[in-house]
Amino acid sequence: MIIGLGHYLTVAAVLFTLGILGIFLNRKNVIVILMCVELMLLAVNINLVAFSVFQGNIVGQVFAMLVLTVAAAEAAIGLAILVVYFRNRGTIEVEDINTMKG
Amino acid sequence: MLLQALAFYVFAFVVMASGAMVVVSRNPVYSVLFLILGFFNAAALFVLIGAEFIAMILVIVYVGAVAVLFLFVVMMLDINVTELREGFLKYLPVGALIGVVLLAEILLAVGVLGSDAGALAELAKSGPQMMPVENTRAIGRVLYTQYFYLFQVAGAVLLVAMIGAIVLTLRTRPGVRRQRIGEQLYRPKEDAVTVVKVPTRGGV
Repeated sequence: MIIGLGHYLTVAAVLFTLGILGIFLNRKNVIVILMCVELMLLAVNINLVAFSVFQGNIVGQVFAMLVLTVAAAEAAIGLAILVVYFRNRGTIEVEDINTMKG
Repeated sequence: MLLQALAFYVFAFVVMASGAMVVVSRNPVYSVLFLILGFFNAAALFVLIGAEFIAMILVIVYVGAVAVLFLFVVMMLDINVTELREGFLKYLPVGALIGVVLLAEILLAVGVLGSDAGALAELAKSGPQMMPVENTRAIGRVLYTQYFYLFQVAGAVLLVAMIGAIVLTLRTRPGVRRQRIGEQLYRPKEDAVTVVKVPTRGGV
């Protein structure tokens, strides 16, 4: 009953798949899509940290911090765009966001 | 060792279950709350594997900043909850198919399902490596020396994100009365005072 690298990679794979599934399923709510992107970034972080620990190389955790930074920046910008969009259009449904469609 | 395995299974199950609840939850507020639960349990997984600093940063950044930001935005936008769930079942078959295929592919690629003897299997057999120094000190030793430019770039990314969010959401409303101190201070004497020559016994 030893917990190996495969266990952590499996958790990360399931989380990543759930994030992609959420993006496919939620055609209405942009906020849930942003949350699913956060889930996928969390899965990436789990992968990075697991490999870092099992290889004995600290660089993976440094890179996980960079991913964390980018995730925070992405959430801030994405939600700001969402707020501005809702202010202008009064909706956040994905199917209605087609103003820039060519 | 058994306790550690048990803790891993509990935390991993809660992470995956809350991830699923983020996707299928009816109300976006519940989605955010399940996201917070998932972040906490992922931090517990990181503590379990021996990456304490990343775990604490995860709690501070994700739960303290990102999830609360999500919660604010969800509560600020007046959205119709029931309308948002339409079309959920329509996309379920193709989404589930893609999800299952992708999961199988990832698991095959990392060698969990198969029994290949690649570099990954060797790595998995070796077990977690013990660091000579504690986690935070080890990160600090490379982060502020070897990866200093990366650290600066991360700061620049955050600065750009902050300025961008402010610029995007700032709006100037018309008709707001506000004290303009600069104009008050630099008002010339001619605008403020008029000297009137008052005739005697005449009044103004």
